[in-house]
Amino acid sequence: MENIIVNYRGPIIFGIGFLLSLIIGWFLFPMALYKSEAQPLQYNHKLHVTDQGMSCEDCHAFAESGAFQGIPAVSKCAECHAEPIGETDAEKILVEEYITPNKEIPWKVYSRQPDNAYFSHASHVTIGKMDCKDCHGSQGESEQLRTYQVNRISGYSRDIWGPNISGIQSESWQGMKMDKCIRCHDDRGRRDGCIACHK
Amino acid sequence: METTVEKKSRYGMVINLDRCNGCGACAVACAVENNVPPALTAMNSRTGLTWLNLIPVSNNENYPDNETVYIPMFCQQCENDTPCVKVCPQNAIEFDEATGIVSQIPQRCLGCRYCMAACPYHARYFNWWDPEWTDGMKQQLNPAVSPRMRGVVEKCNFCHGRLHAAREKAAANGSSEIDMNDYVPACVEACPEKAIVFGDLNDPDSEVSKLSRDTNTFQFLTRLDTKPKVYFYSQKNWVHTMAERAMTRTGKEELYG
Repeated sequence: MENIIVNYRGPIIFGIGFLLSLIIGWFLFPMALYKSEAQPLQYNHKLHVTDQGMSCEDCHAFAESGAFQGIPAVSKCAECHAEPIGETDAEKILVEEYITPNKEIPWKVYSRQPDNAYFSHASHVTIGKMDCKDCHGSQGESEQLRTYQVNRISGYSRDIWGPNISGIQSESWQGMKMDKCIRCHDDRGRRDGCIACHK
Repeated sequence: METTVEKKSRYGMVINLDRCNGCGACAVACAVENNVPPALTAMNSRTGLTWLNLIPVSNNENYPDNETVYIPMFCQQCENDTPCVKVCPQNAIEFDEATGIVSQIPQRCLGCRYCMAACPYHARYFNWWDPEWTDGMKQQLNPAVSPRMRGVVEKCNFCHGRLHAAREKAAANGSSEIDMNDYVPACVEACPEKAIVFGDLNDPDSEVSKLSRDTNTFQFLTRLDTKPKVYFYSQKNWVHTMAERAMTRTGKEELYG
């Protein structure tokens, strides 16, 4: 009997250790790796689009040069929000802290890419016929901004890696890494060199 | 699935050495466009960053026959067996099939400097120091070009930030072919003498293509057979002799034995 107990102890200790390292690796490490940061103020896409009947292009437009303007300047907000329209906290912050002193809102951009990545919205939307949703998900229908998570080591948004720490992402908008770009370019039969997307 | 082959371009330059007065505007424009940091006092001609290096060459005659040409030397965008591409252990350098540009991705570079040793034109530069800009200069950094860090090699890339902008403008109009008027490298734009002609060598009607076939046009180190895409033009005989002298210096440098 004694021998059997001795034989089981090893595997049990190994199992516990294995489980522990899995827990640390899959749950604790990601929690330590990403730091949550609050957006400067809340924004309701649904309120603007569905209730107020605005279109995406009203704020996220292309410049004449073809450059995508991305997040609008505070002057765009001021076109409607020169005076507080609602009663919410976000409204108060927007008008008092940004519109009245004419200061740009330091939004934390979920999709901000590293400095050496070049991306042309015009090429992808106009020629590639891609939908905003393909990369950005249903951000345009959200009622509030989700928490922005930043990688403590690289300083990049968690959206670049994607929500799943294993790297296996189920939706097309989860993860914005280079392999994802390459896969899509390959699927569409495009052969591009490094400088097509790097600057 | 069928692979889309873009219309292939071969961007190239012809530099008229007879027009060049050596003012150096091209070198300044190049540095500003490509976020090359200002020189530190510790830098010298070997350790500095001069993507576009103006080399003065004299015919060594006495006055009044003395003549000097200034040769703007930068990456010659070699087409054939590109020496730097062949030696890079990191795949940080690539010959871009669509444009013919020899592209350098500094973020991939590990700083071994093999490419610098391989480059027959000495057109590659190593960042021996961290780039330093004053606060005012930081405001004028070009967002279309990523700045490099210490420990990587960098070089001329035919201002591909401007190529991106031209492509984007074309894409906004639904076209995948750029208008060549939108893609003009900074040195070409800055030259007050209009000495540099830039364009697509594959287009037989382009000015650069016609000039590249001119009898007064020559290239450096053609014996290496790397087929550079930067041409030089001069009507002076001694300039041609000088270029040929550089070509036939020794027999030891024959690439293929």
